[in-house]
Amino acid sequence: MSNQLYALSGQFETPDEIMHAAEEVNKKYKQYDVNTPYPVHGMDGAMGMGESPIGWVTLVVGTTCMLLMLCFIAWIQLVDYPTTFAGKPDFNLPGYVPILFETTILTGAVTTVLTLLFVVCGLPNNAHPIHDTNYAKRTSDDRFGIYVEAKDPAFNEAEVRQLFEQLGAKDIAPIYIDAEEVAAGKNMSVLKPQFIGFAATVVLVISGAAYFGLNHMVFLPPYNWMSVQPKVVPQKTNTVFKNGVSMQLPVEGTIARGFIPYAKVGAKEGFGQSMANPLDPTAEVFALGEQKYLTMCSACHGNYGQGDSRLNGQYPAPPSLHSKKAVEWADAEIYHVITNGQNIMPSYAKQLTRDERWAIVHYVRALQRSLNPKETDVQ
Amino acid sequence: MSTHTSQYQKKDLPPVVGQVGFGLLGVGLLLALVSFFVDPLRTKFISIMLFMFLAGIGVTSLFMVAIEYLAGAVWSTPLRRIFEMFSSLILFLPIFALPVVFSMQDLYEWTHKTDEILARKAAYLNQPFFMVRLAVIIGLWIVFYKLFTGNSLKQDTTQDQSLTAKNVKLSALFIPVMGLSITALSIDFLMSLEPHWFSTIFGVNFFIGSLTAALAVITIAVVLLNENGYLHPGTVRDHYYSLGFGMIAATVFWMYTAFSQGMLIWYANIPEETPWYLHRWDGDWKVITLAQILVHFIIPFFLLVQRKNKRNPNRMLFASVWILFAHLFDLYWVVMPAYRPQGPIIGWNELGFVLLAAGVIITVFHQQTKRKNLVAVGDPKLQRGLEFRL
Ligand code: HEC
Repeated sequence: MSNQLYALSGQFETPDEIMHAAEEVNKKYKQYDVNTPYPVHGMDGAMGMGESPIGWVTLVVGTTCMLLMLCFIAWIQLVDYPTTFAGKPDFNLPGYVPILFETTILTGAVTTVLTLLFVVCGLPNNAHPIHDTNYAKRTSDDRFGIYVEAKDPAFNEAEVRQLFEQLGAKDIAPIYIDAEEVAAGKNMSVLKPQFIGFAATVVLVISGAAYFGLNHMVFLPPYNWMSVQPKVVPQKTNTVFKNGVSMQLPVEGTIARGFIPYAKVGAKEGFGQSMANPLDPTAEVFALGEQKYLTMCSACHGNYGQGDSRLNGQYPAPPSLHSKKAVEWADAEIYHVITNGQNIMPSYAKQLTRDERWAIVHYVRALQRSLNPKETDVQ
Repeated sequence: MSTHTSQYQKKDLPPVVGQVGFGLLGVGLLLALVSFFVDPLRTKFISIMLFMFLAGIGVTSLFMVAIEYLAGAVWSTPLRRIFEMFSSLILFLPIFALPVVFSMQDLYEWTHKTDEILARKAAYLNQPFFMVRLAVIIGLWIVFYKLFTGNSLKQDTTQDQSLTAKNVKLSALFIPVMGLSITALSIDFLMSLEPHWFSTIFGVNFFIGSLTAALAVITIAVVLLNENGYLHPGTVRDHYYSLGFGMIAATVFWMYTAFSQGMLIWYANIPEETPWYLHRWDGDWKVITLAQILVHFIIPFFLLVQRKNKRNPNRMLFASVWILFAHLFDLYWVVMPAYRPQGPIIGWNELGFVLLAAGVIITVFHQQTKRKNLVAVGDPKLQRGLEFRL
């Protein structure tokens, strides 16, 4: 072979032998390497290797990305789009700890692996002189190999061979540099346009597929069978009716079953004695009235109707329901306020049925009585 | 390879170990007694810390033994006898439980007060059932301790491999038992100090905190013994490394559970969950709460993160002592707000108990070393354990 000598290799049968060999070789040579079919613990010690600096990559990248993430969150939450979650401060550090933790782990781990593959191992260039040699075949199968490179300053083929023989190595053989492989390998580098093009294609294809899948594919048949159905959908023109609206108004002059329209909508007066409370003041009616009052009215009027709004001034506090005016009002007048609204108090006709409104009237009456009881109530 | 299992020669520990142990024990006991007469309630609360400290170290040392068998780990085999010796603390737990058991009326609100919540918890939180649980838990631990160490010691002379197989089966039983029992113990002794509060990860947090402390105690013993030639000469720094690795892993996990408990409660902000943290946020307790992050996580993490440090005997000793301190700090933070809500107080009373705890651990360990080999010389995994390298 006309190729240049790369190294002289020897093979051993047991991990103990290779440990010993590595210790001996390490005494004299610096440019050598060991290949074993599985990790042999303690080998880095035998080869006199110090602590691997790869941990620093993990530390530096992990911490940097964590800080970047923190800045990103701070920017979102303080500058770009402040949002309040669960009454916590806008910048809510404890809540971000899980995110920061995961970011640190993810970026640290991924960069460590990528650094090993692309910087330390030099991928995608995988050319190496030991490829396709008997040495590589055996040391990836059942033997433990060591080779000393020719570029080691102390290298002398005869001396190395002698050392290997002393150590009891089998199949001592030279390894040559394959010029063709080297040339081919030089063409493979992360910076080569081919590789960059390849990586860019992968990125484009994956993100394009994700974009298409999530934004378009799910709206194509058959994936859209669930969402596109022959039924009436809100906010969509209805071609069946002339006016294009799905929710049709009742035919003029009719009312729905069980629904009694309120005649005095918008009326300013004249409803005072118009009707009496149709419900009997039973325990159930009070219970219903209490429940509905607490749900619908108490936020503004306070639990006891004293106008102590819980809205902390975000909405004008209403007057007390215990005022002389309100106490002297007829039931129908309170009913009118709930149904019709009054000035800035909106109408609750849509949220409360007629019976519920009358039940609330009973409850409001009971509240008023409770603050101003008659002699007979106290006994 | 040059090491061989037969190279171990048993040497007796120098008498100074016993003297130091007895000395600490004596001074600690004296201070504890004085403290009991001067400030009885405070002393009673401290005795909960003492009991939980020793119980945690004892049972998690046994856990280390079990996990070695179950995982088939070899790195710890040359050190396993040390784990076994520290787990003998379990035998003395009944004594240390007594001060707590006799002052339950003063310590635990649920023994004499009731309200709607406590009434519903009464099926679990009542004194007879508490005693039964305590007896069952310590009883089980003692049984497992006897079985494990019995088999292991027998192997020293018989070299019978089937004993290892027996202990493997025992470990598979012990680990779930330990998980449940240490959770129950931490609920009974620590969580029920503030009986309205509850947290599901509390037991895990106590377990992992105790494991860091147990590993720290083990590390101190291993480093001191090995540097002075009392262990098998094949024990090397790679073994220290593994102990350090366990400590840093447990420390990180401790922070993980402690933080997730605190963060979730803070986030959900539910009135029945927050009081426990509010008590630890009142007055100077806030300082202790925040200092936990530094003391129990950041400092030990950076002490141990580098490989260099985990292989350096002096740095390992320092880190272990620090971790023990951090664990005491944590126990203090869990127990004492129930005694003194207005703020932390640390004085000679607490110091006395630290000395007492150290005295107990050293004395018990010293007694153990008198009768037993310091290395499990008959273990079939010992040779591989000695050859363990990173
Ligand atoms: C969004 C807040 C709000 C809610 C909810 C609300 N109110 Fe009112 N209410 C007011 C305000 C404000 C006024 C005073 C309106 C005005 O300026 O005349 C008022 C006035 C009244 C009055 C007249 C009092 C007076 O002295 O003029 C009655 C009666 C009343 N509310 C009953 C109810 C009942 C019953 C409910 C529950 C169905 C209810 N309100 C729900 C805000 C509210």
